Amino acid sequence: MGSWCFEKDCNFCNWYGMSASAGFHIKASPRLTSKWLRLDFWTGGALLLAFFIALPLLSVSFFALQPSGDIWHHLVTTVLSRYVLTTIGLMLGVGVGTLVIGTCTAWLVTLCRFPGRRIFEWALLLPLAMPTYVVAYVYTDVFEFAGPVQTLLRDIFGWESSREYWFPEIRSLGGAIFVMTLTLYPYVYLLARVAFVQQSVCILEVSRTLGKTAWQSFISIALPSARPSLIIGVSLVLMEALNDFGTVDFFAVETLTAGIFDVWLNMNNLSGAAQLAVVALCFVLLLLWAERKSRTNQRYFNTSTRYQALPSYQLQGARLLGATISCLLPIGFGFILPSCILGYYAWGFYEESISRNFYSNLSNSLVLSSLSATLSVLAGIFLAYGVRLKENTLLKSTARFASIGYAVPGAVLAVGVLIPMGKMDVFIQGFLNNVFGISTGLFFSGTIAAVTYGYLSRFLALSYGTMEASLMRITPNMDGAARTLGLGPGRTLKRIHLPMIRGGILAAAILVFVDTMKELPMTIILRPFNFETLATHVHQLASDELLEESALGSLSIVAAGLLPVVYLSRTIRGARPGAEK
Amino acid sequence: MFAALDGAKCPKRFLGISMLLILAMFAMDKTTASAEEVVNLYSYRQPFLIRPILKAFTEKTGIKTNIVFAKKGMLEKIKATPGAADAVLTVDIGRLHDMDEAGLLQPVQSKVLEQNIPSSYRHPMGHWFGLTTRGRVIYASKKRVKPGAITRYEDLADPKWKGRICTRSGKHVYNVSLFASIVAHSGEAKAKKWLKGLKSNLARKPGGNDRAQAKAIYAGQCDLALANTYYMAKMATNKKKKVQREWAKAAYIVFPNQKDRGTHVNISGAAVTKHAKNRKNAVRLIEFLSGEYAQKLYAGQNYEYPLKTGVTIHPLVASWGKFKADTINLAEVANQRATASKLVDQVDYNNFSPSN
Repeated sequence: MGSWCFEKDCNFCNWYGMSASAGFHIKASPRLTSKWLRLDFWTGGALLLAFFIALPLLSVSFFALQPSGDIWHHLVTTVLSRYVLTTIGLMLGVGVGTLVIGTCTAWLVTLCRFPGRRIFEWALLLPLAMPTYVVAYVYTDVFEFAGPVQTLLRDIFGWESSREYWFPEIRSLGGAIFVMTLTLYPYVYLLARVAFVQQSVCILEVSRTLGKTAWQSFISIALPSARPSLIIGVSLVLMEALNDFGTVDFFAVETLTAGIFDVWLNMNNLSGAAQLAVVALCFVLLLLWAERKSRTNQRYFNTSTRYQALPSYQLQGARLLGATISCLLPIGFGFILPSCILGYYAWGFYEESISRNFYSNLSNSLVLSSLSATLSVLAGIFLAYGVRLKENTLLKSTARFASIGYAVPGAVLAVGVLIPMGKMDVFIQGFLNNVFGISTGLFFSGTIAAVTYGYLSRFLALSYGTMEASLMRITPNMDGAARTLGLGPGRTLKRIHLPMIRGGILAAAILVFVDTMKELPMTIILRPFNFETLATHVHQLASDELLEESALGSLSIVAAGLLPVVYLSRTIRGARPGAEK
Repeated sequence: MFAALDGAKCPKRFLGISMLLILAMFAMDKTTASAEEVVNLYSYRQPFLIRPILKAFTEKTGIKTNIVFAKKGMLEKIKATPGAADAVLTVDIGRLHDMDEAGLLQPVQSKVLEQNIPSSYRHPMGHWFGLTTRGRVIYASKKRVKPGAITRYEDLADPKWKGRICTRSGKHVYNVSLFASIVAHSGEAKAKKWLKGLKSNLARKPGGNDRAQAKAIYAGQCDLALANTYYMAKMATNKKKKVQREWAKAAYIVFPNQKDRGTHVNISGAAVTKHAKNRKNAVRLIEFLSGEYAQKLYAGQNYEYPLKTGVTIHPLVASWGKFKADTINLAEVANQRATASKLVDQVDYNNFSPSN
């Protein structure tokens, strides 16, 4: 572990000083027509794909253009300001909470050595498998007035009514922030960890040799270098917090999303709801824009081609204790406690909750999740690479637009899917009938194609964002070298980029897989007849207020999400370029 | 795969794979593949609650049922894929009314339905039919509320109940429906005043589900709550959850407004969609649902009130006594839902905190 790497392996100035190079352009020469075609394949194909994925979002925007009566007058004079303030509060709370928890734990398990680190590495991802609304149900049961905690307190202190003592109300904004932070921090953790794993140690070592402490190096070197990943992680969290309905509805927290559903279903005003959804989208766009603005002229690449094993700071004493507790707390509250409670329910209500169709539900869930993960990752790579190949503003903005579908509540986006889907169904049916004389069923609405399409438009943010962040950390010089040596864009991607961003690909696959596993509103609206997944089965029971009976189903969602999470988390460790195979 | 993108082989390979995929997906579409008699249902009611009834229907008629359950987006789905569903099953009047307003339902003339269902619980032109009713009633604490201490919804705004009432979110469809019925009866201004009064009597921020309100009475957090009738029965007969039986024991049911207009009831209902491909089967199903056998099952399993006269109700439900139901036309109530929902915003109902 030589401090000599400053001269030998690293190119520190180059790493930090890439600010001037704004992306990598390939200028097509007129002679090479085939290259032109290839470029067109990437740019044109990516553009087409992005547009296809953005269709549902476009149709939501289309609804928003319809007149919505006097709804805005009502909203502005009554609840709008509270919707907005509550939403900001929720996003702020959850954003800061997940950023701190995710980044710190990722740093600890990646660069420090303490007992249990290897377990924490994957265990920290576990809350990802927990559906937020299930955690909300569980904690309400525990912390509400009639729950065991407050009952115990009343027994101990002899209080009679809620007026005699103060206890935080779980059904509140604070409660929603608590629950969402616990289930969403793994997004930040995962992306931060991938970034930390991929970074070159040399930079850190240089910083240490130049006299900075470990903490200072973390703040001034590791964090800025991981910034694109952290930002993507946090923006995913924020979009998830923004689109959540299950939890905020259960807690009666009035966010914009709660308002969207109120206007849509209680006031039967879809266009008003779509307009509110567009307002919510503006939140996200504003945030993303501000973030991009603030780092316009900074780009961070790892230019070193030589990697060595990551250093490990051996922790001792108070630090060791602190690190262990910081890793234990989120796992304990985000996973262990809720699973134990669910497990307790499931144990007691096994006969009531074991469904005859358990295995078909499980296989449906697995098929959908794998399909959705594969398609999203492929689309994410294709788009991110297309954007990287050519600075095409139209493509870039279409891809970005397509990937903010994540911020729209699932049920609203599902309605957006219905419109293009219905049109395509009619078209395909007519086409097959006219040309081949085959009379078929409805391709989209009759099969899982609709729901798969829905997932793609909803989860593109996860895969595209992750791919974009991973590619961003590869210096354009790599592309240049490969292309100079005669590789086409496709082969460059296959032989240079894909191996380098393996960690990112796996991360994206986990995220989409597990998210699809838990996904509810789109699955419910877009699935074909007689089609149940684990999530819809849980929903069926939970919507009849049968929490205990639904516990087994919830646990199986968690369990089905666990295996890939653990497996892929282990692969990330090996995804470091140059890691011992 | 990515290498394929580069070369000329790509289109063929891709085409082959996608064709296979498409064929596989068509093979999964079981709803249209065979020529057997089917009826395709969109349901707001949980399948596990109606499956026994549908099974009996298939046994009796040979008509297969396909079902998908959802609570949101049905209207939009029917609009986007006309003909995909033949009938809808709902658990409140609001959705039926919205679909009717959007022109998605078709009239049905049926002697059987007219005989089985009282006219105030079906659309005059047969666009929709009620199947069962459930009352939105007051649960009162056995310990702390004397019988007769509260008799009307209007009393809930009486300051003597300050800090003693629990409800779920004012935006929940059951509450919006109740509030809409108050608007329909007393007008917007009075309803607003009443809602304000109710809010100031709350014991805690509105939230949780109907059972959670009974639980709060049991735990002593409040003395009165708004909830549906059948939840009381579901808690009281819960074999495994002893604690829920305790919740049920802690409260009794008050049917409000017995001396005037009657207790607000909502319906579960059914309708045939405008572009139904299996219209005949859909009508047969609804007729079956309104018949003796299905009505008995509804009453026995979900503790609702059957609409067909002469069908015996569950003994426990019967033990609460007969009550007078509000006979206002439900479409009128449904018309006031948007107003009611806006009132909830105007009085800031869900934003209650005990200190103010």
